[in-house]
Amino acid sequence: MIKVENLRKTFGTKVAVNDISFEVHPGEVLGFLGPNGAGKSTTMRIVTGFIAPTAGHASVCGFDVVANPIEAKRRIGYLPEAAPSYGEMTVEGFLGWAADMRGLTGQTRLTAIGDAVDACSLQGVLRQQIDTLSKGFRHRTCLAQAILHDPEVLILDEPTDGLDPNQKHEVRQLIRRMSEKKTIIFSTHILEEVEEACTRAIIIDGGNIVANGTPAELKSRAVNAGAVLARFASSEGDAARARIASLDGVARVEVAHSDASGVLLRAFPSGTDRGDVLAARVVAELAASGHAPLAISSEAGRLDDVFRAITHSDIHHSRGGRA
Amino acid sequence: MSGLPAIRAIARREIGQYFGSPVAYVFLVIFLLLAGILTFTFGAFFERGEASLASFFTWIPWLFLFLVPAVGMRMWAEERRAGTWELLLTLPVTAGQAILGKFLASWLFLALALALTFPFWLTVNWLGQPDNGVIVAGYVGCWLLGGAYLAITCMTSSFTRNQVVAFIIAVVICLLLILAGFTPITDLLSRYLSPDWVDAFASFGVMTHFDGFAKGVLQVRSLVYFGSVMALALLVTAAVIRNRRS
Repeated sequence: MIKVENLRKTFGTKVAVNDISFEVHPGEVLGFLGPNGAGKSTTMRIVTGFIAPTAGHASVCGFDVVANPIEAKRRIGYLPEAAPSYGEMTVEGFLGWAADMRGLTGQTRLTAIGDAVDACSLQGVLRQQIDTLSKGFRHRTCLAQAILHDPEVLILDEPTDGLDPNQKHEVRQLIRRMSEKKTIIFSTHILEEVEEACTRAIIIDGGNIVANGTPAELKSRAVNAGAVLARFASSEGDAARARIASLDGVARVEVAHSDASGVLLRAFPSGTDRGDVLAARVVAELAASGHAPLAISSEAGRLDDVFRAITHSDIHHSRGGRA
Repeated sequence: MSGLPAIRAIARREIGQYFGSPVAYVFLVIFLLLAGILTFTFGAFFERGEASLASFFTWIPWLFLFLVPAVGMRMWAEERRAGTWELLLTLPVTAGQAILGKFLASWLFLALALALTFPFWLTVNWLGQPDNGVIVAGYVGCWLLGGAYLAITCMTSSFTRNQVVAFIIAVVICLLLILAGFTPITDLLSRYLSPDWVDAFASFGVMTHFDGFAKGVLQVRSLVYFGSVMALALLVTAAVIRNRRS
């Protein structure tokens, strides 16, 4: 498991990480979200022992990364941002070296390399020099290095960056497969990835945690979460809008979209009836008044909206925002 | 010691890197060519009329001044530039082990370069009866001198991500160490300072200690000197690497 307490890191006068605390347990996949420069990579670099914190503590499987770095590092597999590797080595040579550095020998070493090669689909490029590989292969070579020793903790800084959609999907599948027994943190800019692969997500902004919850919990914080979308023919639009707005439990109705084929209305809930419950009431009301909608659905909210609403790295401080 | 397999793995990778790129071959060819030319033509090898490698050893401090920093300049600068030190230093090794592995690899490479000058040794043995004890001492001196230069280059390489900067700073520091004990400089100083001060100043220079080896004298204080230069430079490297920012 990973435990981070009141972590702080300053570079000169610049505060990269202000005060961050969280825990991740085995079986959990924690998604790290945040704008560029929010402190994601710095936090990961501290947990992996690459840079020392200015204040606070980080421990991996009970070993403090500052007091007992070797024991902590033994239990971590780390994919740094930009996935660096020694370009003049072959994939095989590089993974062999990583296995030696991890103290693997004999059959264990060969099995470990073989498994990592299989998991990252590197069979075809084993004897190629890393410099000559495409970005996707270079990335997966570095990922293979991270999972080689079957670590208890995996820390992946943008593991899907630079991969094509198929490769991205494969990496996410890999993360999910490994998540049963491991403790995993990964950072990403792709919000769908969080829904697909994470059990929990943390949003960091300006060096602080601004949100921490399951993807569903985070989505429910979106402005649109629990709203109802209903589509009408253009001629019905105004009347329908008035009827829906008059319903109990509807705060307001807005035109989400309008074109020649019809008008899309969005009704925001005011009370505890949200989502499908509210949709059912809207349907009942419309049926009674003779304004049949062409289509109706409820919104779960989008992580995108939550993300934009609560992160302001470019304009500094102020959190909570519209959410 | 639990760090040994890691030190060995790092050293083996470094050596593989030398020979996996033209660096090793270019270095060896240039070193052997220059050493040969300097020894046999400019070193007045034949005119000396004595069977020794003195003319070879005289040139070594100057030849190494440029060639050794060229060997060591990428040691850390390249890791920093390519970002691979983030990988290396998050593996279960200490900074000291990583530095030692890299340093030993390049020092062994230097030993190989020196070993490849064996034709010089064969030549003097064919021409006459040299004192081979003196020659062995001279080679030990060359290797220690190279080690000191390498440790300094390792240090300057950790300062920057630019290999050229690392090279230049290393050359300057090594040059200062040569000049401190260089006869023309000490002669100049002796006009202004008492002999004790001149000796003290010269003892910081590599020449004072290297000359001893080249003459076949293995002095404890010279061993201590080269050992200290290497230890100090590598300790500074460790401090720089430990205080890395990102």
